[in-house]
Parts: sequence; structure tokens; C-alpha cells
Amino acid sequence: MAKLIIEAGRTERQYWRDLWRYRELFVFLAWRDLLIRYKQTVVGVAWAVLRPFLTMLALTLVMKVSKLPGDGVSPAPLFVFCAMLPWQFFSTALSESGTSLITNSNLISKVYFPRLVVPASSVITSFVDFAIAGVFTAFLMLWYRFVPPVHIWALPIFVLLTFGASFGVGLWIAALMVKYRDFRFVVPFVVQFGLYAAPVFAMTSNVPESFPEKWHVHSQFLQSLNPRLLYSFNPVVGIIDGFRWSILGGPNVLYWPGLVASLVGVVFLVYSGLWYFRKTERSFADMI
Amino acid sequence: MSEPIISVENLSKCYVLGHQMAKGDGLRHVIENAFRAPGEWFRQRREKRQASQEAFWALRDVSFEIGRGDVVGVIGRNGAGKSTLLKIMSRITEPTSGRITLDGRVASLLEVGTGFHQELTGRENIFLNGAILGMSKAEIKRKFDEIVAFSEVEKFLDTPVKRYSSGMYVRLAFAVAAHLEPEILIVDEVLAVGDMEFQKKCLGKMEDVSKGGRTVVFVSHNMDAILRLCPRSILLDRGRLQMHAESRQAVAAYSAHRIQQESVIDLTQMVRAGHPRFKAKYTSIRLLGAVNWSIAYGEPLSFEVTLATECGLAGIELGISIFSATGSEITSNLSSHLQTIKTNQAGPHTFKVEYQNLRLVPGSYYVQLGLRSEAGFEDFISKSCEFEVRTSELSSQHKTDTFRGVLVPEVRYDFK
Repeated sequence: MAKLIIEAGRTERQYWRDLWRYRELFVFLAWRDLLIRYKQTVVGVAWAVLRPFLTMLALTLVMKVSKLPGDGVSPAPLFVFCAMLPWQFFSTALSESGTSLITNSNLISKVYFPRLVVPASSVITSFVDFAIAGVFTAFLMLWYRFVPPVHIWALPIFVLLTFGASFGVGLWIAALMVKYRDFRFVVPFVVQFGLYAAPVFAMTSNVPESFPEKWHVHSQFLQSLNPRLLYSFNPVVGIIDGFRWSILGGPNVLYWPGLVASLVGVVFLVYSGLWYFRKTERSFADMI
Repeated sequence: MSEPIISVENLSKCYVLGHQMAKGDGLRHVIENAFRAPGEWFRQRREKRQASQEAFWALRDVSFEIGRGDVVGVIGRNGAGKSTLLKIMSRITEPTSGRITLDGRVASLLEVGTGFHQELTGRENIFLNGAILGMSKAEIKRKFDEIVAFSEVEKFLDTPVKRYSSGMYVRLAFAVAAHLEPEILIVDEVLAVGDMEFQKKCLGKMEDVSKGGRTVVFVSHNMDAILRLCPRSILLDRGRLQMHAESRQAVAAYSAHRIQQESVIDLTQMVRAGHPRFKAKYTSIRLLGAVNWSIAYGEPLSFEVTLATECGLAGIELGISIFSATGSEITSNLSSHLQTIKTNQAGPHTFKVEYQNLRLVPGSYYVQLGLRSEAGFEDFISKSCEFEVRTSELSSQHKTDTFRGVLVPEVRYDFK
């Protein structure tokens, strides 16, 4: 076996090999989190199905009461749920991976393993919830006898995109939270606010492609900007659009420039997240 | 010696400690100063922040080599840098400067039960803990039965770990860790937990591991264990390598390091219970031949006791009892059994009490004193001083850590 040299500041090629060697740990930690969640519960795993069901009820109620049109074709619960699906995944993955390092601080200070495993396994845990909610969506479609469009095959692409977005942001928050515990308060706030910033109750196409007249935007530069495009740099927007398009089709048209913008956003998040995480990882055990 | 398996070169680790800023700068002053001279204020804050940080060198320029198959002990006082050294070797934290070269797979045991979760059952925790320590799922499955057998918690395998007694918990945790098969094993004081039975078992397992040709680095405060397991040891003191030599030498150097202090205590101010006459009172007790109230196993136990009498007293009787730290009376003795003591005048008197051939097992003890004269009960101190019998080469020879009870009598067995 090749010699291992431990030195200050040495970037380890070993690291990626180690990640492969510890690949089972990803699953083990996710399995542990899931087990713990449902131990000593009476309802047990049924919660995993009950939660999306109740969420759907609540959201449909909100839409009906505020008389939002949705997309005008698909049944309201389905419309709103298609957006909730990726949003729930993203927000739980984000909050759990953000705090994952702190929660597992006893492991981090006592055992060696590539620390990347910890936030990654939180994302996997949220993915399991997502999968269950996905099955629930299928039942919903059956119930409404709703036939999905041809391009539902594209759905896995958007799932991957959601993975990427939550992992990227999660890495940033996890690494930052080790040093600055303030983020513990930032994350729930962003998640709550984000729900309204995301196109859950309405379509992205409701966002105009240029600033409306009555806003009196004076500068030439600002006028030339496309608000919808800017909005789409938020990766969640592109993802929700993608989900709606592939599951519901119809008037939910895919805004291609927006999708590209979201894709760029995700790639940037993942890449920068990995970079920052690796940079600060060596001092985790000292600061945690 | 062939290529060393662990090579440490000029290893140093520095921690920056932050201190609280002086309370002198109240908010009012801060605001005032900020308005008066903003530039000055910024400069002062920066200076203050730098000054209030202190560098603490946990390790300083440590270098040594360990060969394949060696079993090396690491000893030193608390704060010497032992755990920091192990943490760096286990890649948990990075060194500030210097380097370590490792030529084999490393497994570290810095804490027993890392990753154990209270809600999960014993079975689930075995898998979880094993995976965290670096075993693959297949490996854990293969060794599962062995692990369970070693831990002796078979009946309770499917109950949540939070219901386990502390002994069971620690046995299970150690059982998983004991079945790691790395080339280099790093162990940090894990034997400090658990009862005697468990510690014996752990030591036994460690011996097996070391005999199996693995390289072991073992940190402990238990000198008996170090002397038994490790032919050579490293002594650390305040971050520096003091010695890397035969364990006997290292342990001796470690014991000699302790602050030399006379083992004498002033009893005049000590609170007494009950209503003795106090015509004669104990004034001091000294443990002879002790360093810091600690004598080595095998050394004679003798005390020097002084008392003060207010007047001449007849029939003075000294009563000395030795108790174990747990409160069991080991021996009590009255001087009148052997001789009568008489004093003719007031004043201080000194007595030397010598226990001949009393061999106490290494541990903590305390001394109870009583004083009587013909006239009545004079003085009584339930806990006058505490002393420690520390381990030594002789105790490890006599295998005192395997003894139950407190005395080490000379016994002879004759088969008839």
C-alpha cells in the first residue's frame, strides 16, 4: 500500500480514494437517521406518507381560498404538489445537511472518515422522503385519472438537479456553520421565505419577461434585463418548472433559457460548495 | 531495523486560544472613542484582538520512529500532548508543522462507543459502529458472531442500547473495536472505563493483538498495563518528547517527574466530631518515605505521629486504622496491645508507627486516628490523611491488578 504522509496543508489525492473506500458509510448514516426517526413511534413509517398527504390538503386549501388559477388545466392539488415535491426535498435536504456536521460532532472529533460523507448522507435521507412522496404523487395522478405527458421521462434529470442544488447549498451551510453558528438561524428563515419566492402557487410564466411599465424603471441597463431570466438563476425555479413540465405538461411550458440559468446555478453551487468544504475541512475537528 | 512503519518528523501542533477582552472598555467608552477618533479606535480593536489571543503549543518538535510489529506505549501527565499526537496520527486534525509518514492501514480507538446511538438496538449499533470505524458491511457480518460472543450481551442484542447498563455498553463498544484488523492500531486510554473484569478482558485482547504482529500505539495512565504490554515507551512532557526508551525507564522517569512534596499534614485545625476530652491532641501525621502522599508498592508503610498533651497523662493509647478508599476498615491497631506509654509533662510528643510486612494492593487509602488515656477519650479524627500505594515493577510482577481485596499476603501452596 502506498505510504500516507500527513502534513500541514497537503491536499490529499487520497481523499477521493478514501471516499470510495468509505462508500458504505453514506448509506449507513442515512439508514441510521431514518431508523432513529421512526423508533418508538406508533404510526411509524406511515408518517412518511401522511406528511405529504396533509401538506397537499393544506396547500390546496390555500389555493382554493385565494382563488389562484394555477395553470388552468390540471387539478389544483396536483399542480401545487408537483412543486412541493422538489421543494420539500430541497428544503429538508438543506436544513439537515446544514446542521449535519454539528449534530455529528462527536464523530468528527473522534474518528477519521472523509467528512463529505456527513452532509451527503443527510441529502440521501431527504431523498428517501422524496421517493415516498413521489409514490404518493403517482397515486394522486391515478386518483384524478390524470395522464402525464410524453416527456415524463425527463423527470430523473430534474431529480438529479434537485440533488445537486441541495447538496451544493448544504455543503456551504455545513462548512460555514462549524465556524459561525449564526447560520443555525439563517437556514430556517431562508427556507420559510423561499417557499414564497418559489413558483409553488403560480407558474413561472407569470413572471414577466421585462419590467412592467408602471414600475418606472428608468435606467437603460435595468430595462434591458429580463426579470424572468434573473428569477431563473435561482435553481429551485428551474427545477420546479421542470417538474411541472414533465409531470403535468399542458400549459406548463418549459422556459428554456430559465432552465439553462438554473443549471448554471446548480453547477456553480456544487463546485463552489465542494471547494469551500474541502478548504475548511481540516479545521473542523478543532473548531467543532 | 527495516523501514519504520510510523515515522514522525518535527511534528508540532499549535492551538490559538481566545481570551475574553478586558471588561474595561464599556460600551459608552467604545462609542465615545469611536466618534472622537475613528481610525484610532479601529487600530486599537485590532491590536486588542491580536493580543488577546494566545498560542498554545500542544506538541513541539516531536520526532520518533516506530517499527513494524512494535508495541509502543505513550505516557505523560495530563496535557502532555498524548491525545493530540494520536489525533494527528488518526488524521482527525492537521499538524501545524512537521510530518508523519504511515506505511499501513490505521485504525484508531480514541473513544469507546463512537457513533453509538441510544435509540438503536445492540445489533444495529454493531453495524453502525463497525462501519464508522472503517469495516465493510461484509466484514462486520463475518465477524458478527465473534463480536457478540466477546461482548456477552447476546440476550440483549435486540433491545435499544439506552437500556443497557454501563458495563454492557462498554463491553459491546469494545467488542466491535477489538475486531478491527488494521496494520496499525492506535488506542487512547479506552481501558480507563469499565470494571476490573472488563479491564482484564481488554488487556488480554490487546495482548493478543500485539502478539499477532500488529503495530500498536497505546496511550494509558495505567503503568501496570504499559509495563505489561509495551517493551518500549514514549514519554511526553508539555508537548515535547522527553524520552523514547524501554518502558521501565520511561515509567520511572514519569513517576519521578511529579512534584516533590513532603507528605505531612497539620491536624490542629482539623474539625473533630464527638466530645473527646482534648487533654491530648494530635498535631500532625507524616507518611515516611512518600512523595506527594504516594508510596510505591513494596515499600514499607510507616507514619510519624505527633501529639500535644496539656498535662502529664498515663496510659496513653494510640489507635490507628487504615481504611480503603471505599470505606472498608482494613486494619486497626491499638498501641496498648504492645506497650504502655506514659508522659510526665505537657508538650509535644512524637511517635513512629511502623507496619512491618503489610503489603497493600495499589490503590487509595486513608488513616483514622484515635487517642485514649487512662482518664478517658482524648481525640479522634476519622480521616486524618489519605495516601496512595502506586504501582511499581514489583506490583506488576506480583500481578496485583488481578487481585481482589486489599492485602497481598505471602501464600504458599503445598500439594498433599
